[in-house]
Amino acid sequence: MIEIPYNVKPRQETGLYNAKLGIWLFLASEVMLFGGLFSAYVLLRVGSPVWPPGGEAQLNIPLATINTFNLILSSWTIVKSWIALKENDFKGFKTYMGITLLCSLIFLVIKYFEYSAKLHHGIFPSTDNFYGIYFTLTGLHGLHVIGGLIVNFYLWGPGKKMWKSEPERFTNRVEVSGLYWHFVDLVWIFLFPTLYLL
Amino acid sequence: MSSQNLEHHKSIYLKVLLALFVLTVLTVAVSFFDFGSITLAILIGLTIAFIKGFLVAGNFMHLLDEVKPIYWLLALTVVFFFVLFFIPMLWEMNLVTVE
Repeated sequence: MIEIPYNVKPRQETGLYNAKLGIWLFLASEVMLFGGLFSAYVLLRVGSPVWPPGGEAQLNIPLATINTFNLILSSWTIVKSWIALKENDFKGFKTYMGITLLCSLIFLVIKYFEYSAKLHHGIFPSTDNFYGIYFTLTGLHGLHVIGGLIVNFYLWGPGKKMWKSEPERFTNRVEVSGLYWHFVDLVWIFLFPTLYLL
Repeated sequence: MSSQNLEHHKSIYLKVLLALFVLTVLTVAVSFFDFGSITLAILIGLTIAFIKGFLVAGNFMHLLDEVKPIYWLLALTVVFFFVLFFIPMLWEMNLVTVE
C-alpha cells in the first residue's frame, strides 16, 4: 500500500503538513463565504433609511453576551487540549476537549432559545431585511458550530484510538480542528457587535 | 512548533483569554454609551472586534508565529475579500453601469 506523504512531517517546500495547508485553504474560502454575507449586510444597512427597518431589533443581548464568553472560553480550552497532547497528557486532552464540547452544546441551546423566542413572537427571516440577514448569518454560523461539534466529538470519542497508533497524526488532527474552531469563534466576535449591539 | 515556542505560547494563552473577556465586557459597555454619532459608535465597536480578532488569530491560531506560505495565502484572501466587499458598493453607488 502506498503511504500518503506529509501526514505528519511537514513538506520541505512549505513547512506544513497536508492537513494544515488544507485547513488554511478551507478557512480562506470560509472568509469569502462570510465576507459575501457581511457585504450584503452593509449594503442592506446603508440602503435602508432606518436600521433596523422595523424599528428597534428584538434581540436578547444578555444571552448573546453569555454565548460570546462561552465561545471564547471554548477557543481557549481547545488550544489547551492540543497543548495537552503535545505534552503527552491524554487525560488533559479529554478534559479540555470535553469542556469545548460542552461549550458548543451550551451555545446551541442558547441559540435555540433565542430562535424559539423570535418565532414565538412572529419574527421570521421574511419579517424585514434586518431579520433576513440576522437569521442567515447566525444560522450559517450555527451550522458551523454543529460541524465543529461533530468533528470534535469524533476526536474526543471514537477517533481517539488513533492516539495509540499514530500519536503525532492525532495531535495534528486536533490542531487542525482547533484552527477551524477558532475561526468559528472569530466570526462570532464580529457577528455579536454587528448584529446585536451596533 | 519547537518546544521553546510551545512554552512561549503556553505562557500567553491565559492572558489572551482574560484580555478577550475584558474586551467583550468593553464591547457591551460602549454599546450603551451615547457617542452622539452612529458612525463613531460603529467605528469604536468594530475596532474592539478587530483587536479581539487579532488576539484570537495571532495567539490561538498562532498566526504571529507561522510559516510564510500561510501569510501569502492570507494576504491573497484579504485582497479578494476587499474586492468582494467593495464591488457591490460600487454598484450601489452607480459607479458600475451595465450597457
